Amino acid sequence: MERVMQGLAFGALALTVVPPGLFLLQRLGESSMKAWLLVAAVLWFVTAPWALKGGAR
Amino acid sequence: MSEEQPASTAPATHPGDEFERQPVPEHALKGPTAFWGMYAGEHTAGTEFMIGPLFVAWGVSAFDLLAGLLVGNLLAVLSWRYVTAPIATRYRLTLYYQLERICGRKLVVLYNLANGILFCFLAGAMVTVSATAVGVPFENVRMPTFQDTLPTNAAWCLTVAVLGAAMTFVAIRGYGFVARVGHLAAPWMFLIFVACGLVMLGKLGSVNLVELLTPVQGHQSRIGFWGVVFFAWFCNAAMHIGMSDLSVLRFARKPSYGWASAAGMFLGHYIAWICAALLLVYWVRHKGVDPSQGMAPGPMVWDAVGWAGLICVIIAGWTTANPTIYRAGLAFQSLYPRMSRATGTLIAGALCTLAGLFPAVAMKLLDFVGLYGTTLAPVGAIILVEVYLARRFGLLQDWAAQTGRSFNVAVLLAWAIPLVLFYAAYFGWGVFPSYLTLPVYLLTGALYLGLAKWLNRLESVPVGR
Repeated sequence: MERVMQGLAFGALALTVVPPGLFLLQRLGESSMKAWLLVAAVLWFVTAPWALKGGAR
Repeated sequence: MSEEQPASTAPATHPGDEFERQPVPEHALKGPTAFWGMYAGEHTAGTEFMIGPLFVAWGVSAFDLLAGLLVGNLLAVLSWRYVTAPIATRYRLTLYYQLERICGRKLVVLYNLANGILFCFLAGAMVTVSATAVGVPFENVRMPTFQDTLPTNAAWCLTVAVLGAAMTFVAIRGYGFVARVGHLAAPWMFLIFVACGLVMLGKLGSVNLVELLTPVQGHQSRIGFWGVVFFAWFCNAAMHIGMSDLSVLRFARKPSYGWASAAGMFLGHYIAWICAALLLVYWVRHKGVDPSQGMAPGPMVWDAVGWAGLICVIIAGWTTANPTIYRAGLAFQSLYPRMSRATGTLIAGALCTLAGLFPAVAMKLLDFVGLYGTTLAPVGAIILVEVYLARRFGLLQDWAAQTGRSFNVAVLLAWAIPLVLFYAAYFGWGVFPSYLTLPVYLLTGALYLGLAKWLNRLESVPVGR
């Protein structure tokens, strides 16, 4: 469980920069990019306590 | 930018106050990763959304910005490494305890008052930044521009008042929760800055930073290369040369941990500032905004990255304003030891909310940060003189502790005289404050050396720490 959450947390961080990168390369539309960023934000705050030392857990 | 801790003038009584009046013991020292993480998180705050665009508004050229920030941030890192960290790891005491031993309790209270008031204005700027994000969904809220100094309308006042009240309530009741959210949000917030930068490059249709950051024709530059260098170097002057970070770095095993400040400087004060600057570049070039009028951070971030951006601005402002209100409350409490912490925090929160209503502080952040650093940093010069020069010049070290006095007039005069000259130069001639931080600092040190030799000459207590 812990390793899965850690993986998801780092996935959330990747999801915070990859869609803007794809937007820069014109491979992703603006509204999709913003939607992915919101998903990444939610995912990060749900999983971050498992990924960071001294997190909420 | 960031905030520092208030002085404590009483023995540690609460669990968070670790080793406030004794050197940090060996078993409590921390490894390097704690410092790299702390500096990276602490210097990616809500105010970074203001500082980047303000450079654009001031017409700073691309070279001056990119190279000036590089040099200035490097000098800041060197200050942490070679000025603060060696003293922190040698004595392992907080700035406030060291000051108390030199200046006496009463003068430390005065330092606390200056600290507390400046904290309130800084937290007020963070409330202003957060309010620009909260106000985005509400059409009635008129966003302030860089030229606004007064509240823009009733809806703006209501937004700031609700936000300020909520932040104050949390600072009184649930500070730990916000601190935890801030800790968790730090890596994500930095990446939101990066995301804003990438999106702006996409919208501007170029990745040539030099071309993009070149001011539009006819836009007069207010500061050049050296202005950027001194601003980047001294925006955290209170922490490095001002020695406030003795409180943090005293937990470091070695002085080399001072290099960890590079994480804060080059991620928060280089990449994040440039990404934030690109937000305004886009609004100037594609939406016809007057660069000197600027645009509030909330709408720019909303336009760039949507809801995630608004969440980031609110969290970045909230998580840095909250500890600042909390610490300002402690500083006020130290003035009246019988006052409860809750009352101190309430007073600090009310002052900060009042400051947040007026966009003047946030919109003049480059000036305010310079005033803040120049006012508080000089006490670091007193510590430097005590550590490196006192013995050589025959001064009585730790004067207050050795003599049992509670007010060191030599320190007060050495601190106040250069500050009076500084404020006269700022208000009289409009000199950019960051240009004067170093002269004020050096003058304080020199004056203290002379005044301590003269005023404290009659003491006959043996020299030595």
